[in-house]
Amino acid sequence: MKLAIRLAYRNLIGAGLRTWLNVIVLSFSFVIIIFMKGVMIGWDNQAKTDMTNYEIGGGQYWYKTYDPFDPFSLTESHAPIPEEFKEEIASGEMEPFLIVPGTIYPQGRLQSIVIKGINPRQTLFLLPSHKLDTITEAIPAIIGSLMAKTIKASAGDQLTIRWRDVNGTFDAGDIVITEIFSTNVPAVESGQIYVPLEKLQSMMMMPGEATIMTFRDSEKNRPAVDGWTVKNKAELTASVDKMIKTKSAGQTILYAILLLLAMLAIFDTQVLSIFRRQKEIGTYIALGYTRQQVVGLFTVEGTMHAVLAALLSAAYGLPFLAWMAKNGWTMPIDTSEFGMAIAQTLYPIYSIGLIISTVLILTTVTAIVSYWPSRRIAKMNPTDALRGKLQ
Amino acid sequence: MEISPIIRIEKLVKKFPMGKSEFTALNGIELIITRGEFAGLVGPSGSGKTTLLNIVGSLDVPSSGEAFVLGRSIGNLTTKEAARLRKENLGFIFQSYNLLAVYTVYENVEFPLLLLNYSASDRKKMVMDSLEWVGLADKIKSKPPQLSGGECQRVAIARAMVKKPSIVLADEPTANLDAANSHNILKTMVTLNRELKTTFLFATHDDKVISYLRRKIFLLDGNVDREEIKPN
Ligand SMILES: Nc1ncnc2c1ncn2[C@@H]1O[C@H](COP(=O)(O)OP(=O)(O)OP(=O)(O)O)[C@@H](O)[C@H]1O
Ligand SMILES: [Mg+2]
Repeated sequence: MKLAIRLAYRNLIGAGLRTWLNVIVLSFSFVIIIFMKGVMIGWDNQAKTDMTNYEIGGGQYWYKTYDPFDPFSLTESHAPIPEEFKEEIASGEMEPFLIVPGTIYPQGRLQSIVIKGINPRQTLFLLPSHKLDTITEAIPAIIGSLMAKTIKASAGDQLTIRWRDVNGTFDAGDIVITEIFSTNVPAVESGQIYVPLEKLQSMMMMPGEATIMTFRDSEKNRPAVDGWTVKNKAELTASVDKMIKTKSAGQTILYAILLLLAMLAIFDTQVLSIFRRQKEIGTYIALGYTRQQVVGLFTVEGTMHAVLAALLSAAYGLPFLAWMAKNGWTMPIDTSEFGMAIAQTLYPIYSIGLIISTVLILTTVTAIVSYWPSRRIAKMNPTDALRGKLQ
Repeated sequence: MEISPIIRIEKLVKKFPMGKSEFTALNGIELIITRGEFAGLVGPSGSGKTTLLNIVGSLDVPSSGEAFVLGRSIGNLTTKEAARLRKENLGFIFQSYNLLAVYTVYENVEFPLLLLNYSASDRKKMVMDSLEWVGLADKIKSKPPQLSGGECQRVAIARAMVKKPSIVLADEPTANLDAANSHNILKTMVTLNRELKTTFLFATHDDKVISYLRRKIFLLDGNVDREEIKPN
């Protein structure tokens, strides 16, 4: 084996340009696959971090009828904040949201919205809720940049909203937009406005009531509370996992194509080698190799492309990957239109496991692709090989 | 000189498939070569010289009959045993040199020793000795494409001789060389035969080679036609 490696190395280096072309193609595959996978992991990580920071904290309690995908459920989904939560709420470790349906009238149009009541002094979310802590005639409100775009509003604008209180009576009022914030989480931006919790409670005539509670500490043991369902982080981020999975499936096709190209190059080289190097094969046999050993030598030679590619990739790929991890990959398109949690700039994350498994898988595939055509050598007649007369 | 048969061939027949029928290339050869001979298979094209040399070299097997090389029956060797016989006891010299183009002269000559697991220091000494014999010690770093045909064939001789094999099989070793180079190489081989007692078996129809042979075995249509032995 050691000898085969030594000879294979000499042969490969001796083959010059052809070897390097294969190695370069293969090393692109290494780097691109590791990079893309790293981007997915980074994306997953970033999406979950952003969700934690802007939407779900360490987990939530939902009032039993609350269903974020059913706007009609909102009217019924409210209840007094349970006693069990009061202590955590007082210390800022838990934040209640009251969520109700409403309508907004931008430029004379009508648009259904969700009105969220939030504690202006909360510290659980990165939302700029302190901008609601102001005394104005109109109701202070903050909105996300996505929402601002759809209603064409900017900070300082006044708009009319309408809602239906707990008794079913319609009421209307003006809001003033005190801040437009921007996040990577469309779920906290689209079709909703944030107003002070107590203000919303009094507008709705639902004093002390809430729809969901978000807590900071996911580890803490809390009692089961009647009428409220716990949603842990894993449940709340399941949509991210699903999205990443879908995206990864699409990427797998790209990997397959990359791999196919690299493997075609190796396969082609092997087939050509075996055809062109018959005399050499015959010589190895005359010098005392068995045909099986020559098959081994050619397989090692082909596989060594992957080893050289790994080394080459390390030379230019590691700095590239490290640079990307540090500076991020800024997407050439406006990601706010994506409708899913994605930042404009993604920071890929690569684990040692990812790098090692990618290198191992690619090397194994290369070995198989190298071995496959080499099996022909085992069937060669040495005397024909020596004459170089095989077709 | 002790007379022991190093190659013994009995009723050797070799047939090749030719379409639906068979072609008989060797038709009952009987031959004994003793240690230290400088012999050659001589005959017209198609007479079976290469075929016989290949069987002696364990690169091919008899269709029937026996070929004993160093006491081993070629037809009964496993591929591993045959490879071992070639690796340890046989040296080959080909018409087209068959050097490994990407290896240097040194590496080409070293190759058989790598297969035999010699130590680095032994290899170095043996390779240099061998290149001295053929007068190429100053070209160790060259690669075959940079050498003349005569130099290439001398490298091939060094490669065949480096492990001091019992038998060297040379198939038309001068076919690609001019007269001066041919004589040069043949003289080298005569010297090696005399000094190392290596048995040489040629296959040739080149008069220059024939003039150096001490024993000429004339083949005709797959049979030994007649022999001539040069008196010392
Ligand atoms: N693999 C093969 N398949 C079919 N026929 C073969 C094969 N090898 C050799 N022959 C035939 O056997 C005969 C002897 O061939 P061989 O190569 O031994 O001749 P040779 O004496 O070496 O001739 P030359 O001087 O031209 O090299 C030829 O007629 C050749 O066509
Ligand atoms: Mg011949």
